[in-house]
Amino acid sequence: MKFIVVGGGLAGLMATIKIAEKGEIVDLISFVPVKRSHSVCAQGGINGAVNTKGEGDSPWNHFDDTLLGGDYLANQPPVLGMCEAAPGVIYLMDRMGVPFTRTPEGNLDFRRFGGTLVHRTAFSGSTTGQQLLYALDEQVRYWETQGKVNKFEDWDYLSAVIDDNGVCRGCLAQDMKTMEIRSFQGDAVILCTGGLGAVYGKTTNSIINTGSPASSAYQQGVYYANPEMIQIHPTCIGGDDKLRLISEGVRGDGGRLWTYKDGKPWFFMEEWYPAYGNLVSRDVASRGIFKVCRELGLGLDGQDSVYLDVTHLDPEWIEKRQHGVLEIYRKFAGEEPTKVPMKVFPAMHYSMGGMWVDYNQMTNIPGLFAAGECEYQYHGANRLGANSLMSCLYAGMVVGDKSIEYCKALKKTASDVSNKVFEAEAARQKAGMEKIYKFTGSENPYVLKDEMNNYMTNYVGVVRTTKQLKDTDNKLLELMERYKKVGVYDTGGWSNRTAIFIRHLWNMFELARGIVGGALTRKESRGAHYMPEYPNRDDENWLKTIKAKWTPDGPQFSLEDVDISLIKPRVRRYDVSKDQVVKEEAEKEAASGKEEAK
Amino acid sequence: MSDVILKIRRQDGPNSSPYWEEFKVPVAPKANVISLLLEIQRSPVNAQGKPTTPVIWDCNCLEEVCGACSMVINGVARQACAAMVDSLSKPIVLQPLSKFPLVRDLMVDRTKMFENLKKIKAWIPIDGTYYMGSGPKVAPGVQDERYAISCCMTCGCCMEACPYVNSKTNYMGPTCMAQVKLFNAHPTGAMYKDERLDAIAGDGGIVDCGNAQNCERVCPKEIPLVSIIAELNRETAFRGFNRWLKGKPKSPGYESAPG
Repeated sequence: MKFIVVGGGLAGLMATIKIAEKGEIVDLISFVPVKRSHSVCAQGGINGAVNTKGEGDSPWNHFDDTLLGGDYLANQPPVLGMCEAAPGVIYLMDRMGVPFTRTPEGNLDFRRFGGTLVHRTAFSGSTTGQQLLYALDEQVRYWETQGKVNKFEDWDYLSAVIDDNGVCRGCLAQDMKTMEIRSFQGDAVILCTGGLGAVYGKTTNSIINTGSPASSAYQQGVYYANPEMIQIHPTCIGGDDKLRLISEGVRGDGGRLWTYKDGKPWFFMEEWYPAYGNLVSRDVASRGIFKVCRELGLGLDGQDSVYLDVTHLDPEWIEKRQHGVLEIYRKFAGEEPTKVPMKVFPAMHYSMGGMWVDYNQMTNIPGLFAAGECEYQYHGANRLGANSLMSCLYAGMVVGDKSIEYCKALKKTASDVSNKVFEAEAARQKAGMEKIYKFTGSENPYVLKDEMNNYMTNYVGVVRTTKQLKDTDNKLLELMERYKKVGVYDTGGWSNRTAIFIRHLWNMFELARGIVGGALTRKESRGAHYMPEYPNRDDENWLKTIKAKWTPDGPQFSLEDVDISLIKPRVRRYDVSKDQVVKEEAEKEAASGKEEAK
Repeated sequence: MSDVILKIRRQDGPNSSPYWEEFKVPVAPKANVISLLLEIQRSPVNAQGKPTTPVIWDCNCLEEVCGACSMVINGVARQACAAMVDSLSKPIVLQPLSKFPLVRDLMVDRTKMFENLKKIKAWIPIDGTYYMGSGPKVAPGVQDERYAISCCMTCGCCMEACPYVNSKTNYMGPTCMAQVKLFNAHPTGAMYKDERLDAIAGDGGIVDCGNAQNCERVCPKEIPLVSIIAELNRETAFRGFNRWLKGKPKSPGYESAPG
């Protein structure tokens, strides 16, 4: 059995460990040294209902919060699986030596996060993602010394090798130093390639998150599900090169959002949502800040920003818990956040949508698996804070086990497949590269990306309109036309990053069209997809997964029912507690029952 | 928008000759060195107005947590993302780290740092990923100490600044020493403490440190490298003395311990 894991973030490394500990050998292909993967950027924590604070929390409650936060768009069984496994996953990471923040007794501490009323988020200062990633990186290094893992770092994934029966038998990748393109045999190819922030440009994502491997798979026939579900994180700070995240954990530790109204501080989230206050789900918080700044014109100094305030908290205490985040603010905003409130505004942060996978994490191409942000399975229409780290680790575990099961059942393996299949795909990729080397036009590829970024950020964000979405799609078509006149500037056959970027650029265009097309298809407002033209959630028509299928003439969309077999969707409210909502709905139902009886 | 002059030491590949190239780049508010390099990508023309190739450098997260964008900026090894243009003297001079094999322009290959982590067994041995209950309790004070070290991004700034990391020694470098403490301070990791001390007792280990203390000065994560190395010095000496007394080469069991 041969295993290929692509991507060295949390999902990829967990999958690698799971396979290696079963005695199998993994080729681990990563765009960057795995220790530098984007998982390092996660700050606030990881959710698991360990329930150490006497709040009666449970995996079922975590499950319920996650579904509600995602506006019920996620298939329910895998989400329940994740929430049930979560406490054990946190314990496992603790056993690996993650320096989680402790209680006085030496136990794991938990903080509050958005979309829940309990303390469910384990954390390691405010660099939880970094600490989790390092723990897995260390375990993978051990397996490397045992000969179970072969790392290919600074390699770019190009495409899957698909045989005549439509089965994935390996992949193509390129050494970004020597520019060598080669094929890898794999009975299971597991894509753990992360998000697509670069499609939006200035975001909280790392610059490497172009979504290129997911786009490549999509162009090879993998369905791309709910592409329109893009999370805009409410609290970020500006910058010339990127927008930097200020963790939701800051509000979990007591930070408050406010602006001035009539010359006085106005804690708008606390006023609008008395039950959850500053810790509503992210889509709701971002819309709240947009309303303040764009509709009411009450942003600070009339600009796009509001305060995120921790100045009322004990400086020593907040420093200890949020040092990483406060340092980012000091370095990049140049002000002292324990003395002057931070100025924040929403920024693109995460893709809930992604490659369609079944409950075994396998795409519709047999043998090609996906786990982590690059797939769509766990978050529905909006992700709760601190659920991403858990979903990456959990999906990595599932895909590790399930890919082994899949390979064991194979009658024919990758080594039985004719070499010609691999050679044909290699020839296709090499020809594509040669074509890029010969690009001599006048269009600068980085400028084309900027133009896409501006449209995506301005028109495919918190508030969407049909007209602006259509304008964006037209812009993308224009850019794809201008792509033909791109110049590569650099014809070097050694570490030619510009040529590699040009390949990613096309893949970004294809994904962007999927996102815009998905948004145009979904005629309702649900989670992160908000269209004032269709202001309400419409379960009757749109409680559906939108699946994009790539065609040369643009994406085609189809609908799939969502598995809601475990919890009946409720109205989504954060102004009162869940118990209150259930009570009110029951009363309403009883009243309408009486009405009918009359 | 004002312009800034950037002087960049460039090299097309490991075997090519280095050369200097100057760029005149417009500076936006809150720009960092990365923004300047991104601007060169958008308009790859040098200060003489001649078209050139975009500069190649390493970067990912742009918020000083991934460790990728280390380079020598105005003579000091640091992260380019956290180097705000307003705070730098001009012209700004960029050079690649010199203690690692050069890939191209400002990009270097830091594989040896990751290889060193293998030598010191920088992991907590676990019996497997299956459910075995919670991890050991850790005193908050111990956690604080470990957390500070665990923020190391393997960026290589300490290697660049350390005079004892050079082509004549095998010194694994300051951060590698600190990692020994990170794992030895954990209740499970401590079970195999002696193995890690032995790994830094020999060639390339702690005796190669000449106490220049440059490492701590350049560490972007402010890890107290100097005091950690001093502590490990005592521990390895004590360990050596104990070994001599007892005549025992190693504590048993670790080599076969899984992950």
